[in-house]
Amino acid sequence: MPKLLTGAEIVFKCLEDQKVEHIFGYPGGAVLPIYDELKNHPSIKHILVRHEQGAGHAAEGYARSSGKPGVVLVTSGPGATNVVTALTDAYMDSVPLVCISGQVPTHLIGTDAFQECDTTGITRPCTKHNWLVKDINDLSKVMHEAFRVATTGRPGPVLIDIPKDIQFAKAKYKKPNKEKKLNGKSHNKFSQDQIDELVKLLSKAKKPIIYTGGGVINSGPKASQALREFVELTGFPITSTLQGLGAYPGDDNQFLGMLGMHGTYEANNAMHDCDLLINIGARFDDRITGKIDEFSPNSKKVHIDIDPSSINKIIKVDLAIVGDVTSVISKINKTIAKRKNGHSKSNKSNIAKWWEQIEKWREKDSLNFVNSDESIKPQHAVQRLYELTKNKDAYVTTEVGQHQMWAAQHYKFNKPNRWMTSGGLGTMGYGLPAAVGVQIAHPEKLVIDIAGEASVLMTMQEMSTAVQYNLPIKIFILNNQYMGMVRQWQELLHEKNYSESYSEALPDFMKMAEAYGCKGIKADSPSELDDKIQEMIDCDGPVIFDCHVDPNENCFPMIPSGKPHNQMILGPNDQEENKIKGKGKALV
Amino acid sequence: MPKSKSAYSVPTKKQKSDTYIFVVWVDNEAGVLARVVGLFSGRGYNIESLAVAEVDAVKNISRITIVTTGTPQVIDQIRLQLTKLVPVHKVAEFKREDKDVIFKEMALFKVVGKRNKIEKCLNACKKFNPIILDETKSSAVIQITALRREIDVMNKKLKPLGLISTSRTGAVAMTRGAKIFN
Repeated sequence: MPKLLTGAEIVFKCLEDQKVEHIFGYPGGAVLPIYDELKNHPSIKHILVRHEQGAGHAAEGYARSSGKPGVVLVTSGPGATNVVTALTDAYMDSVPLVCISGQVPTHLIGTDAFQECDTTGITRPCTKHNWLVKDINDLSKVMHEAFRVATTGRPGPVLIDIPKDIQFAKAKYKKPNKEKKLNGKSHNKFSQDQIDELVKLLSKAKKPIIYTGGGVINSGPKASQALREFVELTGFPITSTLQGLGAYPGDDNQFLGMLGMHGTYEANNAMHDCDLLINIGARFDDRITGKIDEFSPNSKKVHIDIDPSSINKIIKVDLAIVGDVTSVISKINKTIAKRKNGHSKSNKSNIAKWWEQIEKWREKDSLNFVNSDESIKPQHAVQRLYELTKNKDAYVTTEVGQHQMWAAQHYKFNKPNRWMTSGGLGTMGYGLPAAVGVQIAHPEKLVIDIAGEASVLMTMQEMSTAVQYNLPIKIFILNNQYMGMVRQWQELLHEKNYSESYSEALPDFMKMAEAYGCKGIKADSPSELDDKIQEMIDCDGPVIFDCHVDPNENCFPMIPSGKPHNQMILGPNDQEENKIKGKGKALV
Repeated sequence: MPKSKSAYSVPTKKQKSDTYIFVVWVDNEAGVLARVVGLFSGRGYNIESLAVAEVDAVKNISRITIVTTGTPQVIDQIRLQLTKLVPVHKVAEFKREDKDVIFKEMALFKVVGKRNKIEKCLNACKKFNPIILDETKSSAVIQITALRREIDVMNKKLKPLGLISTSRTGAVAMTRGAKIFN
């Protein structure tokens, strides 16, 4: 007779078999049996956060920087509802999370018991799948399936709700089933014919562009490798979404920068004018496409994605290839190489004119800004941060807003998994706890949260977590005293009615750092910026860096809502020009 | 040009909507119907009718039949999103006009009135295999099976003849001939 284990023991057995090393959590009444069991499993380290949302975002940072699923452990009721924002965030950005929540004992479910809520009901729309375990004999199977669902196909969050009596009940433990069967759903559904068709399109294209997204990162480091080979083989220009940054080196000449609402002039114009658009692991998000009717009007469109429901959801495509990015691109590369053996004709000469056009767009230098000697321009601050950290293989997280866009524009990433930002849901307060998770996964690396002062205040309490575990995260706050992106929209579209976007009574971040027991650094003028940044990098503990920047700076270039890619607003210099032509206003 | 004050793009031209019937095979487990229905409400799809019951007690499979309207793009999305749900085994969809598929709805009519009125009701229902399930001196419960719009018509027609209550199922569907849904 095999040994019977309690539910709590089974939970840890499963985590061990799934090779989980860290869990982010917060204890409470309905998960106490699991917390009681923690001490018997030294291979699993628990990170105590200060709010369950922080646990979720930390697990996201952990997952996105390491490629492993992030594990969250929370109690019933408020514990579960607090983690909902992070689950939704992970769902939107396809981050693998496994969230274990406690629940009131089964006989109390439905009675409005203390700290009871319908957790599986609440989280159903924001998880890939969730389970309420009502029978102890199902627990090990459900746990293993949860990891499989979270990590296979398009990754995403899952939740397992375990009532307290199930944590005490006893059953046999079942090892994970090696057989992989998701109702017969396989992920690679492409054929060689489709690859051949794509290669044919490649050879005919005169104005091609490659547009990559987070799918390349999610597919693992091999995907980035294959992508680099593909770009080299074809000589095509490449642009990336916010989530895809780092899959292709940001400082390479074939890289046109980020595209979309705050993308570069060259990337967006290339998207608009191209005759072949190859989408690899991106989803035609509305921040990317702008006006759908006028999106890339003259191009053949190819979409490579692991999720069939992403295809034709927003933009109709001519060729859809459903599969894992690594497998698809490797296959394409092989096919191209084979063809080239036959006749060494490359189509690089076909696209020489296209590159000339792109160079002309590049001359606009759309990320340019008017620098100042008196006040620190936020773009300048990000550029200096990049220059001083670029050789340190830094990991960067962000909050949401102007600073996020400036970070995406001016910080160049050369490797995948180095850039963690909330793109789909746009969760202010994501960056600080995400940095905690990243630092847990990479204890020796430099981890920076490029933050805004409004965002960072939403999850500031996690500084306490960073101090407790001595995680040397650097919180680099571009402090402009405004909710900057809100202020920018109000300036451009709501007649400068700055309704509630100014933060009165901001805390003194230096004193805050002191209160949390970490280092505080403040920079006011451009002349001291470099030294202060260096001081931050050299500090071996957590740092809050309060960088006072010009409060009136706007994030350009920008495609206003409902406009196509070729109608961008450029920086202040260009606006002057536009005013003279009388065009500036119409563009807003 | 009117200024857009939205951070989102303006809606573009809408394509024509058609009525489709989805047949979904799912694991019969707790919450599965909520997942399917939640997908529809969450993504703004429309449900005209819904019928669900277990069809295979050994394998624990339920069959859900959903009548919905949408543009071709939306219908594609519905199928693909349904397929993604973990407890969903397979999804089939067809147009309402599809001649190869039968779909039927059942209705129960309660008629209260004199004998001759009830006779008139039965007569009116003749085309739809009326069955009297319950009868008293002054009332009858009549069952018919028909298409949705036929039941709509009957519902109107029987009102003056003493119809006081209608109960109807959603549509269920089956292919003609030896073929089954793939």
